[in-house]
Amino acid sequence: MSRFKHAIVPTLYILFLMLPIYGLVSMSFKTTNEILGGFSFFPSNFTLENYIKIFTDPTWYNGYINSLIYVVINTVISVTVALPAAYAFSRYHFLGDKHLFFWLLTNRMAPPAVFALPFFQLYSAIELFDTHIAVALAHCLFNIPLAVWILEGFMSGVPKELDETAYLDGYSFSKFFLKIFIPTIAAGIGVTAFFCFMYSWVELLLAKTLTSVDAKPIAATMTRTASTSGYELGLLAAAGSLTIIPGAFVIYFVRNYIAKGFALGRV
Amino acid sequence: MAKIEFKNVRHAYPAPSDQAPVYALEQVDQVWEDGGAYALLGPSGCGKTTLLNIISGLLTPSEGAVYFDDEEVTHLPTTERHIAQVFQFPVVYDTMTVYDNLAFPLRNRQVPEDQVRKRVEAIAEMLDLTNSLKNRASGLTADGKQKISLGRGLVRPDVKIIMFDEPLTVIDPHLKWLLRSKLKELHQQLGVTMIYVTHDQTEALTFADKVLVMLEGTIVQVGTPVELFMEPNHTFVGHFIGSPGMNVLPCEVKNGQVSYRSHLLETAHSHKQEMEGKLEIGVRPEFVRFDDAGIPVSIERIEDLGRFKIATVAHEGDVIKLLVPDEVKIPENSPKIMFDPERTHLYCNNWVVK
Amino acid sequence: MNKTVNQKAWWLVVPVLILVAFNAFIPLMTVVNYSFQETFGNNQFFWEGTTWFEQVLRSDRFHAALFRQLMFTGMIILIEVPLGIAVALTMPRKGPWVSVCLVLMALPLLIPWNVVGAMWNIFALPDIGLLGYSLNSMGIDYNFTQQPVSAWVTTLVMDIWHWTSLVVLLCYAGLSSIPDAYYQAARIDGASPWAIFRFIQLPKMNRVLTIAILLRFMDSFMIYTEPFVLTGGGPGNTTTFLSIDLVKMALGQFDLGPAAAMSLIYFLVVLLTCWGFYTVMTRNEEN
Repeated sequence: MSRFKHAIVPTLYILFLMLPIYGLVSMSFKTTNEILGGFSFFPSNFTLENYIKIFTDPTWYNGYINSLIYVVINTVISVTVALPAAYAFSRYHFLGDKHLFFWLLTNRMAPPAVFALPFFQLYSAIELFDTHIAVALAHCLFNIPLAVWILEGFMSGVPKELDETAYLDGYSFSKFFLKIFIPTIAAGIGVTAFFCFMYSWVELLLAKTLTSVDAKPIAATMTRTASTSGYELGLLAAAGSLTIIPGAFVIYFVRNYIAKGFALGRV
Repeated sequence: MAKIEFKNVRHAYPAPSDQAPVYALEQVDQVWEDGGAYALLGPSGCGKTTLLNIISGLLTPSEGAVYFDDEEVTHLPTTERHIAQVFQFPVVYDTMTVYDNLAFPLRNRQVPEDQVRKRVEAIAEMLDLTNSLKNRASGLTADGKQKISLGRGLVRPDVKIIMFDEPLTVIDPHLKWLLRSKLKELHQQLGVTMIYVTHDQTEALTFADKVLVMLEGTIVQVGTPVELFMEPNHTFVGHFIGSPGMNVLPCEVKNGQVSYRSHLLETAHSHKQEMEGKLEIGVRPEFVRFDDAGIPVSIERIEDLGRFKIATVAHEGDVIKLLVPDEVKIPENSPKIMFDPERTHLYCNNWVVK
Repeated sequence: MNKTVNQKAWWLVVPVLILVAFNAFIPLMTVVNYSFQETFGNNQFFWEGTTWFEQVLRSDRFHAALFRQLMFTGMIILIEVPLGIAVALTMPRKGPWVSVCLVLMALPLLIPWNVVGAMWNIFALPDIGLLGYSLNSMGIDYNFTQQPVSAWVTTLVMDIWHWTSLVVLLCYAGLSSIPDAYYQAARIDGASPWAIFRFIQLPKMNRVLTIAILLRFMDSFMIYTEPFVLTGGGPGNTTTFLSIDLVKMALGQFDLGPAAAMSLIYFLVVLLTCWGFYTVMTRNEEN
């Protein structure tokens, strides 16, 4: 009985989380006529039409591919450059280290709205406008500081004796770093990659500003459709439902790390 | 000031429904006398902590009953059992001062503040914590924190049993001895029943009047330190207690005669009956000596430990250790050894035969 | 951890420095540039000094947006933090349900922000959305596209839906780092559930809670996409927060000077608050 009572709060909370998602998914299986005809809890004319449209129309499915491309590029760049930097912050004192660390974090605090227009001008000037790499680089602004922050937390948890023993055993820095250190903090790298993926995947303002056709993210495709072709709610719902899938996939893979990773690292 | 009694207690932790339960504690029938100082000794995973948690009420046993002073407490919650427990890793409430930590159990029981003060000050005095009463508990060293954990038990006037779950694990070696003598002193002063769990034989033997040795969920022997040393009930007790442990050697019994590798031996008890199973003799290194009338051996190694030497010898592939007093010379040519018949025991399937 | 002094460690930081500086310095300089000048197009600039800053700081429009922003951030922190703690406390600690809970709870965090807005828009539509329809059929007059209160509440609930899980996950991580012995000792000491929360669980969550509040402050202060898609800042200006106002000014009206000045003030507010947090946090850690 007490166990049952205990479960009430999480159950209600999860129910609250699932309701809007259910609303979206159920709408994606309805026809436009049914949607506009009034509210219904279950789709009465179950249809896959909206999904078929998305998977056959290149302007739709290219949106997904574009999003995934720049998200993956960004995650790889962020984690790769953050690894040595986080190591430096966790192991050494050097001139200006504290100020540098705080300055890095301030970039995580920069409102994207502030940077939208200058970013557009900057990436146009270097002729990277409307490329995947532009979005991937722009997202580095907030993902690299975050990655350094999380990784530094993980690395500080690894005793320094590990490094010292390896150097005594004749390992060079690069060999030690790649062969010993990285495997040791694999969980931390997983958690960091998860957060980079997450923030890059969910961000839209910069991604939309820096693209027009060739690298347009799925999320931006959705907003345009919603405004130009009026009420294609079913299509919008189907596209939205599909954006939940990569996230769900990623969470499923890191589910065992989430609690541990949060606890060990900083975020 | 309470006697504890276990009747037919067994415990198994929940297992997947398709598997047979694995008992962390097999059948325990045991009485802990009022006011005794007991040690529970055994390797990790032998069920010591399970046993302790059943006494404290943090666990309810799957079978059997627990009595305190002949009153059944099997299902009584921890708070009503008048027990205190000190854990392996010090538990202190970080945000409170030492004083508030010690006062916490009393305040939870709505004791008036002036009595709280008296009790806390008395206990702090006893534990040498008076000077740090106003400090934050989080700033203390490990031994200070363990004292607070103990103090939270001692402040309660109702406490009759105090249990220690490997309390010295995180304490610096040179402080271990101090804290242990403090415990002994408190035991004599207060007369509460104390149960001390450890896997360290020195801790167990110096603290307790009586030691319970556990192995794989069973209590294999209960006795005073001397009894455990002289008359080990089980080859495991022989091994685990004493340094180096008891020599255990294969043997045969025929027509009431015990023989080891065809050398006839005398043992502490005579054995007329036939026995089935694995037969062994056990004799401690302290009770093996060099003697020209004995079994020929080859010397493998000699360790000089100052007051005595430990000789490791071999006979037909068996390794035997013996303790040689400093004044005895180790024979150089064709050494032979003898076992003290009074201290040589026969074991059948690891249990002593008497 | 005692660190050794090593100036060569700078080399390890260089790649990060280049990438972040490229993204941060040049755009920030552009903003600074605009904020002190007036432009009529054709790359002609005129020095304006601090005019734009004075104009923004005096304008009612900025005050109103800042006030709405502060109200919003304050309210979501006041709701999300206690709610997150409550959910984390009641979550199962062991067994198969842990993974299920974690996965389901983390789901909103990984939905693109405009999809969150769109989803809530669809959810709340008065005639055909699950929430809007249910409320109206219960006799509550609800229409978030026209009633300021409805719009405001919907935005709040959407943010709670979106971000409470972050607080839950952080608190859960803090709670799962508490050894069992603490709970057992508390039971022996006769502590009430409230005392266990106050003296064991809360102190252990101290650190993660600071991080949670800091992150929620930063992210809610920058919020743009979700309310923009949900309400477009309306009805009227009721849900126009700082970022929405900024984008309206810069891209909608092309008032680059005031927009740039506002950007800098805005950035400074976030920075100062975070710096305050950061100092308090590191000081707590040192103690």
